[in-house]
Amino acid sequence: MNIIERLNDMLPYVRIGDGFQTGVDWSRTNLSALFDGIAATVDALVDPLVELLTAPPAIVMVLIFAGLGWWLRGWKFGLGTALGLGLVAGMPIWNQTMSTLALVLVSSGLALLLAIPLGIVISESRRASAIVRPVLDLMQTMPAFVYLIPAIFFFGVGVVPGALATVVFSMPPGVRLTELGLRQVDREVVEAGEAFGASPWKILLRTKLPLALPTIMTGVNQVIMLALSMVVIAGMVGAGGLGEVITTALFRAQVGAGFEGGVAVVILAVVLDRLTDSIGARTASAKAQRAMQEA
Amino acid sequence: METVSALRVKSLYKVYGNRADKAAEILRNSADGDEKLADLSVTAAVVDANFEVRRGEIFVVMGLSGSGKSTLIRMLNGLLPPTHGTVEVDGIDITKLKPAALRKLRREKISMVFQHFALQPHRSVLDNAGYALEVAGLPRAERREKALQALRMVGLDGWADKLPQELSGGMRQRVGLARALAAGTEIMLMDEAFSALDPLIRREVQDQLLELQAELGKTIVFITHDLNEAMRLGDRIAVMRAGRIVQIGTAEEILTDPSNDYVAQFVADVDRTRILTASAVMERPLGVVDVNSGPRVAARVLRETQTSAVYITGRDKRYLGTVTADAATQAVREGRKNLQEIVSTEYARTVADTTPVADIFAPCAESPAPVAVVDAAGRLAGVIPRVTLLSALGSISPDVSESTTTPEPTGTADPAPTNDAAQTSDAIPASDDVGTASTGSGPAATPEVPAQVVAEPSARMTGGPA
Repeated sequence: MNIIERLNDMLPYVRIGDGFQTGVDWSRTNLSALFDGIAATVDALVDPLVELLTAPPAIVMVLIFAGLGWWLRGWKFGLGTALGLGLVAGMPIWNQTMSTLALVLVSSGLALLLAIPLGIVISESRRASAIVRPVLDLMQTMPAFVYLIPAIFFFGVGVVPGALATVVFSMPPGVRLTELGLRQVDREVVEAGEAFGASPWKILLRTKLPLALPTIMTGVNQVIMLALSMVVIAGMVGAGGLGEVITTALFRAQVGAGFEGGVAVVILAVVLDRLTDSIGARTASAKAQRAMQEA
Repeated sequence: METVSALRVKSLYKVYGNRADKAAEILRNSADGDEKLADLSVTAAVVDANFEVRRGEIFVVMGLSGSGKSTLIRMLNGLLPPTHGTVEVDGIDITKLKPAALRKLRREKISMVFQHFALQPHRSVLDNAGYALEVAGLPRAERREKALQALRMVGLDGWADKLPQELSGGMRQRVGLARALAAGTEIMLMDEAFSALDPLIRREVQDQLLELQAELGKTIVFITHDLNEAMRLGDRIAVMRAGRIVQIGTAEEILTDPSNDYVAQFVADVDRTRILTASAVMERPLGVVDVNSGPRVAARVLRETQTSAVYITGRDKRYLGTVTADAATQAVREGRKNLQEIVSTEYARTVADTTPVADIFAPCAESPAPVAVVDAAGRLAGVIPRVTLLSALGSISPDVSESTTTPEPTGTADPAPTNDAAQTSDAIPASDDVGTASTGSGPAATPEVPAQVVAEPSARMTGGPA
């Protein structure tokens, strides 16, 4: 027993949190220009988008979304969209929903801007993949709230920390599915490109990416869904939108208001999910895959 | 033919593993290298390959899966870098080329057809056929025209706007072929190109390839594990085993003179009657008489050789026909001097020396005397007695024993052509048209037993009679 106790005493006192804190402190003092730039960029993207989405009367926007749904998926979905978003507009939390939508679009756009090129890089190199994969695991399994802490630390309270925490949280499936899609491209088809003297760029752009597109679009869909789930959490740091509706309801114990916010999130999620899904299904290689299944 | 071969491969090695270079060095420098490799945990896919591919020939590399043939073909266009050795395309060592130069060379000189077609599923048949031209940067209109032309060559011009998935396997591979043809390169590499197709369709595209080849005269390196395909397509065949090329030769050389037991075993179950030609089974004629020597000489030779007929040759050893014992004795009795008058082309049928053995059975059965084999210049090259044909078949296929135990009609198993002319001519009516008989295309006249002997192994080997 004595030995075990001694061994236990021998465990070193490790505070990796201290190290992280030091790193964050250092970054804040030395990289403030960078963070200011990032903050300005995010603001410059989110604010006009919110204005654009909230400028027309709610009913006009509802009809625009319904029309989009009709065009991409058929009249049933168009009707569903009109009813769902009409409900949101009637609650009335329309402006909050639109600012959440803007935040989702900007953060998932930024996430994809990072995720897709990174996915391309790690699909080409096993070594890069071996390095990036555990980092992605970490990003995905780390509790979402944890991102908020350094984000507030760097950017203060507001839209920007919410958006950036969302980018980090929602990026991994975009990277993974891009890599998967590219790796799944038939080896022989790529080889054919090489055999006919096509350059690696040409093979990537004209062969690999088009063929990987359905899988990449699944990644896009996943990124948007994760971003939406994170945006609500980001409401806690003052990112506004539906997140604010829900957190306010939570702190004030307003069951009804919380439920309304929740329903709005669900409706937004369904609309976004179905719309991005049908964009993926309209790509040429998705059509080719369907033709293969029918044959 | 130019002096530079289309492709030349010199001491080519491909070894996979971390210590590939060392392994290749060991293989090069010691006879028992294979055993030493065990410690290095490497895989030697291609070991010391040396060959040249001549312009305009179909060079087949044949081997079972894992014999290294796919690795070999991928080194010919630089898709895989060799561990050691050189690959020369038109005299240029492609192993020394930089990536951009290598891509240029592939665009201009070497195209490829793949086992699973490797078409771009998201693009139309026309776009796929024109892929090489698109890579080469041709304007759209020109690309379209050339791609359509290539599709026309393979008989798919009506399918240009379809997606590859809408086509059958055989058609998809014809698109793959069209893509390689449209590239306009002199050399085409075909990697198990027809292996994924059903036997009947495979046969169809093989025929199409041979037709196109007769027209275009490309240099083709064809990889296959199917011996019958190799024999059918290949001007020359390289047999690979465990990374080494064990024999290079024509189909006939490999069949008749396998360099080792492995090749012998490999070729054991091929339908040889389709591969072997008359010249491979023919014998030296016993009695040959010059047309100017007269009936007396003919009669003497007939007596000496104990045969029923002698073969008469004219100027330049050109084959004229036979003189039977009866005709010779009668001519001597009548005191005729001219042998020319009694030469007949009915008693022994004539076949060309390039006729496949399978097509000799009919003439052989119809011919009382051994079939005469003539070469391209019309000279008498040899004769094929029935017994020789049957024994050649016996050594060809182990199944022949079954056929020989079945009851046989008179004449077919007769060891030597009978000297009773009357009996034979009763049994088998003489044809008055030697010309058709020499091509061997008289199914109606084919006697039953030899036909079965041919048909049975060929049905088993090729999945159906031709």
